[in-house]
Amino acid sequence: MADDDKDKTKGREGEVPESPGHPVSPSPRLPANRRPATIPLYGVMAQFDNPSELVAAARRTYEAGYRRINGYSPYPIEELWEAIGFHHTRLPVIVLIGGILGGLGGFFMQYYLSVWEYPINVGGKPFNSWPAFIPITFEMTILCAALAAIFGMLALNKLPQPYHPVFNAPNFALATRDHFFLVIEANDARFNHDEVVQFMKSLGPTEVSDVEV
Amino acid sequence: MSETPHKEVGVHTTTPVVGPGLTFASVTDKISSLVLKRKTPLWWFFGFGVSFILVQVLLLTITHLLFTGIGIWGNNVPVGWAFDIINFVWWIGIGHAGTLISAILLLLRQKWRTSINRFAEAMTLFAVASAGLFPLLHAGRPWVLYWMFPIPNTMGLWPQFRSPLMWDVFAISTYGTVSALFWFIGLIPDFATLRDRTRSKPFQIIYGLLAMGWRGSARHWHRYEMAYLLLAGLATPLVLSVHTIVSLDFASGVIPGWHATIFPPYFVAGAIYAGFAMVLMLTIPLRKFYGLEDFITMRHIQNMAKVMLATGLIVAYGYMMEAFFGWYSGNLYERFMIYNRMTGPYGWVYWLLILCNVLAPQLIWFKRFRTNLVVLFILSIIVSIGMWLERFVIIVTSLHRDFLPSSWGMYSPTGWDFSMFLGTIGLFFALLFLFIRFLPIISIFEMRTILPEAEVEEE
Repeated sequence: MADDDKDKTKGREGEVPESPGHPVSPSPRLPANRRPATIPLYGVMAQFDNPSELVAAARRTYEAGYRRINGYSPYPIEELWEAIGFHHTRLPVIVLIGGILGGLGGFFMQYYLSVWEYPINVGGKPFNSWPAFIPITFEMTILCAALAAIFGMLALNKLPQPYHPVFNAPNFALATRDHFFLVIEANDARFNHDEVVQFMKSLGPTEVSDVEV
Repeated sequence: MSETPHKEVGVHTTTPVVGPGLTFASVTDKISSLVLKRKTPLWWFFGFGVSFILVQVLLLTITHLLFTGIGIWGNNVPVGWAFDIINFVWWIGIGHAGTLISAILLLLRQKWRTSINRFAEAMTLFAVASAGLFPLLHAGRPWVLYWMFPIPNTMGLWPQFRSPLMWDVFAISTYGTVSALFWFIGLIPDFATLRDRTRSKPFQIIYGLLAMGWRGSARHWHRYEMAYLLLAGLATPLVLSVHTIVSLDFASGVIPGWHATIFPPYFVAGAIYAGFAMVLMLTIPLRKFYGLEDFITMRHIQNMAKVMLATGLIVAYGYMMEAFFGWYSGNLYERFMIYNRMTGPYGWVYWLLILCNVLAPQLIWFKRFRTNLVVLFILSIIVSIGMWLERFVIIVTSLHRDFLPSSWGMYSPTGWDFSMFLGTIGLFFALLFLFIRFLPIISIFEMRTILPEAEVEEE
């Protein structure tokens, strides 16, 4: 199974690009005297009006050979993560391990405490009265698997992450309402600023903009 | 996601899951404006005020309880369990509908769950909070609560894992934890929406912190959906196990009327029954006051009524089997228990329960009543009362006359029993009112997924 979480070539988000970046004109929002000559670039972002256009554009971008790409949408779109080549996540394995550890831990906690640490004879029942230990073993399995699912998801997503370059992009606040975005990151092996802008304009977006780090 | 978004195979498609003409923008703006823009309505202040007064009643009761002891309640030998356990089981049962809607209906791909799951999950949390108070305070010394957890201590004591009450501790705390996290995880994308929509700086910071930097990345969504699905898969057996374990508190005892194998499924069905009644009772006024008819359509209301009817029939079957096995067992005490339950001093409670839980909901068979909001609202109140009476019947009538006539007795609740119960109702509603004021009561991002425009068309 190809594990995309580990596959560096397919891009990880949330990282500042290792490449020196491609100089662009700095944000006009800064006062002129504080504007540096160039600032590093996170990537180039295209904006779309509907999910079908975004998925089609993402597919074409992937087919054009770009790998460090990402889509942003207001709701989960299965076709989108397939289109950017992100097929598998390690999360189910993490949850399975969490569940197994929780189950074993839950049972052996009861076994150790009831047999070794604090053996009490209750109505002549064996110290290791395992059928009575099953409910707590079950609950511990569920608890640890659920915690693994939640914290595993957050960890793999690198959340919480208060700042991210894409938040600088124009209209990006609408990514949580009704707008759709596609980003080619500057640390993609084939990234060339002018070519990427040209390419993205050919995808039929409503707007193409640079995203500063 | 590739199927037609608002129709389901095999279900009548005349009443859609969402109203016509909704878009990503209108759904987002409508639901988030309930939190962000709309002026707090007068009924909110009224409702929250009344609930808040009841919370004070709860605090007063607890204070008196801690200073005096649980003798202020009416339960005493032979009826050692009464209002405290009745209310505990009642509240926990109500909570189960939330998990059922959010987890089991998700696994069954019932898209109509989308507009009610957030609300139902919140209800679960607040019901579990209310439920948890009762065993905690009934234990008498809540400040040594930690004795119930396997924590190394200087006394060298450890919990007794063979006891169903210990299983309860693990089941309820797991249920509370998982429900809270499941609910919070479901809220993250909506927190991001609120963060991006609000114009108030303090709320931007608060919702921003809660959203944890969510930005709708496709990679994030993939893991998020996976986590959500796995959690639903985990919560499903969890919710069944929790009420099973609650029923084992009774079933593993030898008291006539408790020692029955039918208890776990019968309790689980009763829990879902009570829970759906509560969801209906809360949804009907809420959708009216907030004008959410496009989001919570008659389809939802009818579906919930049908689930209520189905679980009500399972519960009725449970009552029948209880009576049948009482007779068929040939056991003197079991037979007497059923006889006493139906004709003894608490017989009127039993017949009232049959009226509320078995007879009244039969109206739902008729479409005329199933689509009448007033009838459904009243029915949901009747069922909630019926489910409370059921726990009263199971607990009190079994305990007050068991094996030896010399140790029979009667139970009557005191004012503090009622003030404690009313207080938890206040706590539940106070939390609910805060929830509907500060958080989106409908999952915005999940509503987007069921809109017609969410469908991806590929060449």
